Amino acid sequence: MLQQEVEVILMRQLASYLAMPIFVVDPSGNLLFYNEPAEALLGRPFDEAGEMPMAEWAIAFSPSDEEDRPLPPEALPLVNALRRRRPAHRTIRITGLDGISRRIETMAFPLVGQGGRLLGVAAIFWDLDSR
Amino acid sequence: MKATLWGTRGSLASAGPETVRYGGNTSCVEVRGSDGTLIVLDAGTGIRRLGAALGAEAPQINILLTHLHMDHIQGFGFFPPLYRPNIEVHIWGPPSLTHDLRTRLTRYLSPPLFPVRLRDLPSRLALHDVPLGGFDVGGLHVDSALVTHPGPTVGYRIRDNGRSLTYIPDHEPALGATRFPWRSDWTSGYAVSHGTDLLIHDTQYTMPEYAEHVGWGHSAIDHTIAFARLARVRRLVTFHHDPSHSDAELDRLLEKAASTGPLPFELIPGMEGMQFEI
Repeated sequence: MLQQEVEVILMRQLASYLAMPIFVVDPSGNLLFYNEPAEALLGRPFDEAGEMPMAEWAIAFSPSDEEDRPLPPEALPLVNALRRRRPAHRTIRITGLDGISRRIETMAFPLVGQGGRLLGVAAIFWDLDSR
Repeated sequence: MKATLWGTRGSLASAGPETVRYGGNTSCVEVRGSDGTLIVLDAGTGIRRLGAALGAEAPQINILLTHLHMDHIQGFGFFPPLYRPNIEVHIWGPPSLTHDLRTRLTRYLSPPLFPVRLRDLPSRLALHDVPLGGFDVGGLHVDSALVTHPGPTVGYRIRDNGRSLTYIPDHEPALGATRFPWRSDWTSGYAVSHGTDLLIHDTQYTMPEYAEHVGWGHSAIDHTIAFARLARVRRLVTFHHDPSHSDAELDRLLEKAASTGPLPFELIPGMEGMQFEI
């Protein structure tokens, strides 16, 4: 692909200005971007982590439910929003790449462009441990 | 392929002795394919003189609108071919989720804004949503992509015999960018501009003016030069001049822009009446 869709470019630019942690993937689930507030939760700057396929990020942060049972990728709101093309929400635990476990709420929503094109999914994280 | 600039002004028609060289008419560019296919890019006030120049020769006219802001459609009612019953006119515009193109154009082409209704025009009108991606118009291939500007707005690349012209008259690729230019794959408009032979692009503002108009959907000339450099275009034509910029001011802006260092493309001040072979 020569260029990301303009809606995705604008989503990244918006996310880069917001103080809420935001994570953006493409229609195949590949991680495109997470913003600075998300870096604090995920334990690594995006510039270091870089873009990565879903199979990688879905396990990189060791997601689990609130009872610490590991969650398969299909149980994650981001993956659900991508596959079902509707918003998805869940409270989960993740372990950042800095080794710290955090309880977060995740709200994921599909990015649907003109003509019904699925452009990806954006997820907003809410750190429950620090609030 | 040949292109003629019939309107280069942005936002508002600005006739007067101080704008006579660059022109006061709003956006309109005529493109002629090597097979004779006629494409008209936007229907700003410049389309009136194009219509007069066409005479009765063209049996089919294809008007590609980038978006429906007033300065890009105001000339419609004064385009003589629309009043000829023997002419087929295809109008392409960006899709909307709420109203079709006919409904949106009718907001202007109906009383009280205009005395003639779109449905009463005698020419054979066909209205189309622009397919995002690519489509053919006569012997020309058109690539289209949404670009950064308020409301659905597209940029076009027209291809003919291995050459291409790109037209993005209203574009703010620097909007929200923490640094610009940046990676090409994260730059609005890149896909329809890279390697193009002729880029006609928004250069509405100076940098100080841009700082006061962030989010209005337009570029400072410095941004456009950076964009053209990133896209590795061969020629850049400045376009959509601010209504407040006189010929003398535009000369100064272009001179200053050209003096910042050697440019890897030809920088051409877009003036009404200019013609380009592509």
